[in-house]
Amino acid sequence: MTTPESGQDRTDRSPWNWLLFVPIVLPLLTFLFNADEPRLAGFPLFYWLQLAFIVVGVACTTIVYRMTK
Amino acid sequence: MNPGEHVTEIVIFTVLFLVVSGMGFVAARWRRPQDLASLNEWGLGGRNFGSWITWFLVGGDLYTAYTFVAVPALLFGAGATGFFAVPYTVIVYPLVFLILIRLWSVSHVHSLVTPADFVRVRFGSPTLALLVAITGIVATMPYIALQLIGIEAVLKTMGIAGSGFLSDLPLIIAFVILAAYTYQSGLRAPALIAFVKDILIYLVILVAIIYIPARLGGWEVIFGRAQEKFAATPAQGDGILLNANNQLQYFTLALGSALALFLYPHSITGVLASKNRNVIKRNMSALPAYSLLLGLIALLGYMAIAAGVKPIGTDNNTVVPVLFDQMFPDWFAGIAFAAVGIGALVPAAIMSIAAANLFTRNIYREYINPQATDAQEAGVSKLTSLVVKVGAVLFILLIDPQFSIDLQLIGGVIILQTLPSVAIGLFTRWFHKAGLIAGWVAGMGGGLILLYNISNPAIKHAHFGGSAFPLAKLGLDTKMTIYAGFLALLLNLIVAVAGTLIARAAKVPDGPDGTRPDHFTADEGDPRVKDLDLSSST
Repeated sequence: MTTPESGQDRTDRSPWNWLLFVPIVLPLLTFLFNADEPRLAGFPLFYWLQLAFIVVGVACTTIVYRMTK
Repeated sequence: MNPGEHVTEIVIFTVLFLVVSGMGFVAARWRRPQDLASLNEWGLGGRNFGSWITWFLVGGDLYTAYTFVAVPALLFGAGATGFFAVPYTVIVYPLVFLILIRLWSVSHVHSLVTPADFVRVRFGSPTLALLVAITGIVATMPYIALQLIGIEAVLKTMGIAGSGFLSDLPLIIAFVILAAYTYQSGLRAPALIAFVKDILIYLVILVAIIYIPARLGGWEVIFGRAQEKFAATPAQGDGILLNANNQLQYFTLALGSALALFLYPHSITGVLASKNRNVIKRNMSALPAYSLLLGLIALLGYMAIAAGVKPIGTDNNTVVPVLFDQMFPDWFAGIAFAAVGIGALVPAAIMSIAAANLFTRNIYREYINPQATDAQEAGVSKLTSLVVKVGAVLFILLIDPQFSIDLQLIGGVIILQTLPSVAIGLFTRWFHKAGLIAGWVAGMGGGLILLYNISNPAIKHAHFGGSAFPLAKLGLDTKMTIYAGFLALLLNLIVAVAGTLIARAAKVPDGPDGTRPDHFTADEGDPRVKDLDLSSST
């Protein structure tokens, strides 16, 4: 068995984890992005905003990774 | 199409394919293990992959040839609904970050190889573990077959696949090569090949999204032509935006697919092969770079509309290869086809390894030979990986490709039914094993009934015609549809909760929990529970 002192104090609970719910919930809110205008470089809103959510996802995950390292 | 017109493409495709296959064989010597004869080494690459390898391996695993071919095909055929693949891959990484990382820790402590191993230790129930293992194997088989459809679409475009045994020969040869080097090198083969695959794919896609729109007259024109096409079709559900009836389907499909994705045994294999928790966390913040790529790849479907691509026969999966064939010079089309073909090999190898590990650990060791040595386990897994691949080839040869895509939808729905025991089990031991088994039965049965009742007139299937279940069939007065897997999972959870309460009230004995809270946060260097005696508990 494991020795008693191993990893006892480590925890993966952190208030920073709540930030991860932003990229989980945001892409599910279809009313936010189901529109043609405004267009960006020819892309309807539906497409460029969802691609922008990827950047939001990267930002949130990176922040949580840095803060909980 | 006539193969004679495609000589340059065929030569480049073949050369790249063979070079990469050679790498697969050499991979056995890469990061020299002392001995490949254990599942730790053969099936998990020594559990020692750092950030870069994990990035390529997991990425190569989740973004398959099928994704590159089928997602654009969906946009080509139905428009905005196909774009669900983008939100789905945004959602999946935070979920892995929060959930799968705990599976890595507990697997590290208990030397677990499969998700069913975890269920075995956590709930002390060989039956529940067996259900999880069988679910994983059954859900993975059609997924491997789909990789072949990716290769087949490319071969068709080059004019060297159609019907009859001889025309299937190139496909069979490709898979025999894949089977041979996976047998020899295990997870090291796809891990090494993934580097080449990704470099090729990135190159092709970057060129495609700059070169093709420039030739077609820009993104305005591409979206405009797509809009015109959908406006002219009688179908209600298509268009470059969602409509009132498919928004619920869109987000339940995105969420359900994300939950299903990390329950698939092959994604878990990729995660378990990494060295420590930080490698996984760092990857979850870097992997979405692929999602950006996926979003742009998806739009190849609209480019195909704008370019006036006609799919070969009725096979929409050929629109991307045909687009490349029309737009690119022959030599670059050859590279693009090789990228898709090699893109199929990486996930197919990981999937067959994952399915083989499930068989070895949760059926062979549990029920056939409990005293199996490490070397015996590795031997059984190697052989099973061959059997799994033969099965996948038979799928393609004997079954209409369209039908195997439907099977893939079923795969997603059924793998979701392991969520209560695997994903929720990582956080709480509240559920009773009897409740989980009852929930699995209900979710599986319910899911299959829902899928059976989905028809798709476009492909002439009265049953199993997709994953969008019309709510009207439940008696609701609406034209809205919902992802069948989502409903089946809800049913599973409700029955699991009710079953747990009943089992507790009836004082049905529960299995022992072999884990401690600190096992779920253990990291590299922490002591492991070696040689845990799985056969002594019930």
